[in-house]
Amino acid sequence: MSLADVVAEELPPEINPVLPPPAFTAEQAEHLIACPLCDTLHEEREIAEGETARCARCHEVLESPRRSAMTRIIMLALSALVLMVAAMFFPFLELSVAGRVQRSSLLDTILAFSSGMTAPLTIAMASLIVILPSIRFLSLVYVLAPMAFGHRPARHAEFFFRLADHLRPWAMAEVFIVGVAVALVKVAGLAHLSIGPAFWAFVALVLVTVLKDNFMCRVTVWKTLESRRS
Amino acid sequence: MEDARVAPVLTARRAGMIACTECGKVHVPGLERCTRCGSHLSSRDVTSLQRVWAWLGAGLVVYVPANVYPMLRTTLLGKTTDSTIFGGVVDLMHHGSYGIAGIVFFASIMIPVAKFIAIAYLALSVTHRVKLSPGKRQHLYEVVEFVGRWSMIDVFVVAILASLVQLDFAAAINPGIAAISFALSVAFTMLSAQSFDPRLIWDASEEPEQ
Repeated sequence: MSLADVVAEELPPEINPVLPPPAFTAEQAEHLIACPLCDTLHEEREIAEGETARCARCHEVLESPRRSAMTRIIMLALSALVLMVAAMFFPFLELSVAGRVQRSSLLDTILAFSSGMTAPLTIAMASLIVILPSIRFLSLVYVLAPMAFGHRPARHAEFFFRLADHLRPWAMAEVFIVGVAVALVKVAGLAHLSIGPAFWAFVALVLVTVLKDNFMCRVTVWKTLESRRS
Repeated sequence: MEDARVAPVLTARRAGMIACTECGKVHVPGLERCTRCGSHLSSRDVTSLQRVWAWLGAGLVVYVPANVYPMLRTTLLGKTTDSTIFGGVVDLMHHGSYGIAGIVFFASIMIPVAKFIAIAYLALSVTHRVKLSPGKRQHLYEVVEFVGRWSMIDVFVVAILASLVQLDFAAAINPGIAAISFALSVAFTMLSAQSFDPRLIWDASEEPEQ
């Protein structure tokens, strides 16, 4: 039975949690792909590089393979890591009032909450700005680098790719950059402000992250992982 | 292809199959985890709505102190002033920086409130009949998921200001207790949105007309 036949039969809508008997065997299911957002089944086709496959019902992107995407993601993730180290230790912003200079690095910003009642926020800040983005970059390199060199995927690669995907909303580097812009304006009237090298490293980091996420197609990576595994 | 929305669509569930929400692989029922990516498999997340309401409630509860207590304690020449989130916006407008006041107002007042309403609406639309089409509701869900993290701006601003402006008695800025509850509120609503199973949006529309 093909996909078209089943659709033509107009199965009654099921709202109860009990599933109807499976319409496909495990082998037939190999050639199907379901939209991760709305559950619609599609027959799987070869998607050429540069093309984008979308769900027929909700138009969510299913697959969008890009040329040499794997190498590009690895390069971008590595540069993001280097930029992160730079952003951590160089001064971020400099404030000068009447000859006194106050420098602030990313570390100082993270530690700003470390006294008094707001201490737990220090851990949250460190995680959102530095730790979680770094874990994401590292796991992407760990998952993709062996495959880019033609090896089998590394051990537990599946776990680390799932981790990278789940952490995505919690890595808030770009939100932080907009926060810096707002803070700049707030202080501008109070004192003379200058932007340090770490700020530009962080801006570059955000651009690199956005580029990297554009190249990355979740389903394509999963399929590559599976085919290289066997 | 144009009438794909109107034509009956075969979902994995109606075909008696279970699809992985992480990698899209289709499985026959009976498997605990996806054979491709190892994610937990379920036809529909039955606890989804419960978790949505629980996190949303928690988010609402901590949103109250976030607005009542001071976000920022500014000490200028020995004089300490506390400012709440809304007070900060008003201050910015007094300084004439309307653009930034707009950003802060949008990110820390408009977005959180809109998110509470949007998530509640989406959760209600699963069990009640609503006007918005499933396609539009899914779009709303994607917007909520995308926009939620941007509310964190205000917490970051407070941290940056507090680390930067430490000039002894001349001027000092310290974070207020509201920073914590605001950060928690943002995190809870993000978790609430993530708990929502978007497949439920479409299931409700597949119910027979009454």
